[in-house]
Amino acid sequence: MTEAVQKIKKPKKAWTPLFVITKRDTLPLVKRVLIRAAAIVAALLLCSVITLVVTGSNPLQIYKTMFSGAFGNSIRIVRTLYELSVLLVIAVAITPAFKMKFWNTGAEGQVLIGGLSTAIVMLTLGGRIPDWTLIIIMAAAATAAGVIWGVLPAFFKAYWKTNETLFTLMMNYVAIQLVECFLKIADKTGSNVVGPTTLSHGWFPQLFKTDYLLDVVIIAVITVLVYIYLRYSKHGYEISVVGESENTAKYVGINVKKVIIRTMALSGALCGIAGLLIVGGASHSISAETAGGRGFTAIMVSWLAKFNPLMMVFSSLLIVFLERGAGEVATVFALNKSFSDILTGIILFFIIGCEFFINYKLHFRKHSKEAAV
Amino acid sequence: MFKKTLAAVLAALMVLCVLASCTATDTNKNAMTEDLLPRPELSKFAVADDFKIGVICLHDENSTYDLNFINAVNSVKKTLGLKDEQVVIKTGIPESEECTTTAEDLVSQKCKIIFADSFGHEQYLIPVAKAHPEVEFCHATGTKAHTEKLANYHNAFASIYEGRYLAGIAAGLKLNEMITEGKIKAEEAVIGYVGAFTYAEVVSGLTSFFLGARSVCPSATMKVRFTGSWYDQAKEQEAANALINQDKCVLISQHADSLGAPNACEEKKVPNVSYNGSTYEAGPNTFIISSAINWAPYFHYIIKQVSEGKAIDTDWNGTISTGSVVLSGLNSNVAAKGTKEAIDKAIAEFKAGTLHVFDTSKFTVKGVKLDTYLADVDDLGDFKPETEVIKDGYFHESEYRSAPYFDINIDGIEYKNTEM
Repeated sequence: MTEAVQKIKKPKKAWTPLFVITKRDTLPLVKRVLIRAAAIVAALLLCSVITLVVTGSNPLQIYKTMFSGAFGNSIRIVRTLYELSVLLVIAVAITPAFKMKFWNTGAEGQVLIGGLSTAIVMLTLGGRIPDWTLIIIMAAAATAAGVIWGVLPAFFKAYWKTNETLFTLMMNYVAIQLVECFLKIADKTGSNVVGPTTLSHGWFPQLFKTDYLLDVVIIAVITVLVYIYLRYSKHGYEISVVGESENTAKYVGINVKKVIIRTMALSGALCGIAGLLIVGGASHSISAETAGGRGFTAIMVSWLAKFNPLMMVFSSLLIVFLERGAGEVATVFALNKSFSDILTGIILFFIIGCEFFINYKLHFRKHSKEAAV
Repeated sequence: MFKKTLAAVLAALMVLCVLASCTATDTNKNAMTEDLLPRPELSKFAVADDFKIGVICLHDENSTYDLNFINAVNSVKKTLGLKDEQVVIKTGIPESEECTTTAEDLVSQKCKIIFADSFGHEQYLIPVAKAHPEVEFCHATGTKAHTEKLANYHNAFASIYEGRYLAGIAAGLKLNEMITEGKIKAEEAVIGYVGAFTYAEVVSGLTSFFLGARSVCPSATMKVRFTGSWYDQAKEQEAANALINQDKCVLISQHADSLGAPNACEEKKVPNVSYNGSTYEAGPNTFIISSAINWAPYFHYIIKQVSEGKAIDTDWNGTISTGSVVLSGLNSNVAAKGTKEAIDKAIAEFKAGTLHVFDTSKFTVKGVKLDTYLADVDDLGDFKPETEVIKDGYFHESEYRSAPYFDINIDGIEYKNTEM
């Protein structure tokens, strides 16, 4: 490490850069937690200053309002829990692919196509067969659609080395257009959404008198299962090997093509199930906004948690908390929602930024006299 | 050193330019006349301290549509002296179960009235209304109140077709001016219209606008292009450009929420009649007049009814007399002479009840005068028309329910695209 620093300190002219960056060894857990806590505190301080200067509102009141927006009463707690779990299940869904270094940016479309298939089944078969059979068919359709949306780019990647980022991204647009097409056919009133009055059958049973909690329970189970799959199964191990080095994987006799396609089938299936849970479980509606950008936010959730499904509970909680809180701030302080978005942006910037200080170390230039020596 | 000084000087210059351009646009605002149909002063009455109203908006104030509601409720709040915590405005609530959750949250905050502003909110609001009969639910642009038959669920709209007709008169007189000045021949008086969707609300608006224009300029015809979106600046601009370049339209109006069409008009120097509020800033050399719905009288009405313990109408339709239909001032640089007088005359006739926008003697459908028409007033999901709406020689718009249901393509109006 010191050698590296000295090498850079010896250019032709006696010039040294202001600072040098070197990679750190892994820090102890306590230090890592402390750095992250410091980042959050620093972010909150900066947010306070900006709030005070720009709006003149009391920053403590704003934080209090954010908290109340997410957890203020039982309705909000349940909704926050639901939003958290939906984001979580999508993050969990894309994780196997990401661990394999397959950059799946198509979760949005996979969720949407899962939701769309659910809605089509609800609309065409609803009322003609018993609800429990309907729900089984909805689940099968959503999973199948998700698998197709996931496997298609994986197949092309495995056999012809196409770029999976572009491919999955384009599949999103195909899914969105298919939803738009469905809306044109199923809804003639022009509200851009097909909702509970049309999709009146195949609703999941309620748990504790809300539509949301059954979804939360199902998602908790999925999360634990994926954690076990990635951590303790042979498949999970193969995924990490392919992710680390495809050549190593080939050398030890792993069928890379098979792993890529199998993993994306799983990813797509889980995204499709996320669509099923949204449409059949809670929303009973389908629109182009059904996935609501969660397919992309989930990438951040997964990454922040270092691809550990259990840690994703916390990273999605953070993002959902900021989002729910921001909405309430906009209402109570009559501020534009953009202002809360700015605060959210600052907090996320610090949290992502602090990862840099956990992984790297800065060496600042000493005073010029010393440097010249 | 030199570079740094240069950079500083250039930066300072840039700031000055920006400031200069800001002040420059502020100076020529005086081409606008007084509002032709101004927002009326509303009466004051006592409201209980525990009164609370919740307002659910689809977007925030960056959308002209939602801004119109937010401004209205805030003006009523000011008139009645309501405290901040008595008016809860929830912005950015999508047309999904999120609307249901938000409404339930507002109920738990002890709101006495819950209002939602977007058409698609309706099906998510009705279940909450059923579960909470003690709270009044009011929904703008909705269609289901009169068939749901819930005592606490209400729809509202306004006779904006009358406002459109009045704005159409300004357009027709402008066409006349162009004809007398020899800029166009009488048969070249083609109006272009950028519409969002082919739904009744848009068709009712564009037809009334056209009938207003043709009431003063008999040779006027109209071509319509739909964008398939309520807010899409690029598509609206593109549609306006196509109307101007390909369809040879000499005047443009629109029913969509962005500045796409006004911008295209200003660029091409084509006169524009706007909607939802003045777009004079975007088109100082082309803007003529704008009509809009003023929601303040409705908020005033529902708060008054609840305060006095009276029932709210199932379907409430605001009119010129209630102050719900408003017109901006005229841009005196663009509007033809005599426009104000002609519009004032029509306003007086509307108030007297002698003028009807959809007078069946004034339009034909495929060459035939309409004597009977069944409209789909009861929105039961069947899309089957069931209500006779032509009586006494005119189409009774917004009478059997507040939301518009005029959806006829009349002669003289050509849809350039219906597939979006």
